Amino acid sequence: MIYLNSFLFCGFVCLIAQIILDNTKLTPGHITAIFVVVGAFLDTFGIYDKIILFVGGGASVPITSFGHLLIHGAMSAASDYGIMGLLMGIFDLTASGIASAIIFSFFLCFLFQPKD
Amino acid sequence: MCNYLIGNVFNDIKMYIFLIFIQNKNGDNMEKRKYQSIVKKYTPKENRLYNALVAFVVGGFMGIIGQGLIDLYSYFLNIPTKEASVFMIVTLIFVGCFLTCLGFFDRWVHFAKCGLIIPITGFAHAMQSAALEFRKEGMIMGLGANMFKLAGSVIIFGVVGAYVFGLLRLLIMGA
Repeated sequence: MIYLNSFLFCGFVCLIAQIILDNTKLTPGHITAIFVVVGAFLDTFGIYDKIILFVGGGASVPITSFGHLLIHGAMSAASDYGIMGLLMGIFDLTASGIASAIIFSFFLCFLFQPKD
Repeated sequence: MCNYLIGNVFNDIKMYIFLIFIQNKNGDNMEKRKYQSIVKKYTPKENRLYNALVAFVVGGFMGIIGQGLIDLYSYFLNIPTKEASVFMIVTLIFVGCFLTCLGFFDRWVHFAKCGLIIPITGFAHAMQSAALEFRKEGMIMGLGANMFKLAGSVIIFGVVGAYVFGLLRLLIMGA
């Protein structure tokens, strides 16, 4: 059942993005930025946590979960350290994603030549 | 990805050249409505329903793969779901980077569009293609300066958005 929910949620997010891409002049760069902000907005009121409980891994795959993790780390640090915690904890949970993307792309670009 | 991003700009330039050409031919009598009908005629028509369906199915399968990897890791490594989802994200980023290096991913992104751009693989693809493209311009001024050329917008707007929303929530609702 959780697989079906994952399929439907992740597909639905991609569907919305594709509809925006086809019907407006926004580029994919605009759309990913918009979706990150939307993910952060949804987690501000705890909606995204409920979605993750219901949908499972399907909610962690789209780029909206990036915004969700950013604000989640920020708020959990803010509950300990007050207003400075927002700055201290904002990369707490996304650090693995950003660091792994930097490291993989750094080392892989020495092994391969760009195609075309 | 790079070509795909700047495609709109090229279309605009082509259309502008076309407009100049027509104005020269007919003088200034060219009416706006006529021009718009010509633009409509020559704009390539994309099948929006087909694109949306492909994005839905491909994105859905990405979600299934994510959930499957979480189950796999938490079963074989005996770790809680939260750690397994970190493993899953790292795995998907590695797969995205590797397939971009092999050259498959550009074709797949062209086919599935948002079905692969919106999942975390799109982020990896953007970083990897920028790294591959700018490596020949040198280590510091090429690779180091341009690696976040496409993916940087995600991080910057995400951080700014998360900070503003976090501040609002802290002021309104408390920690």
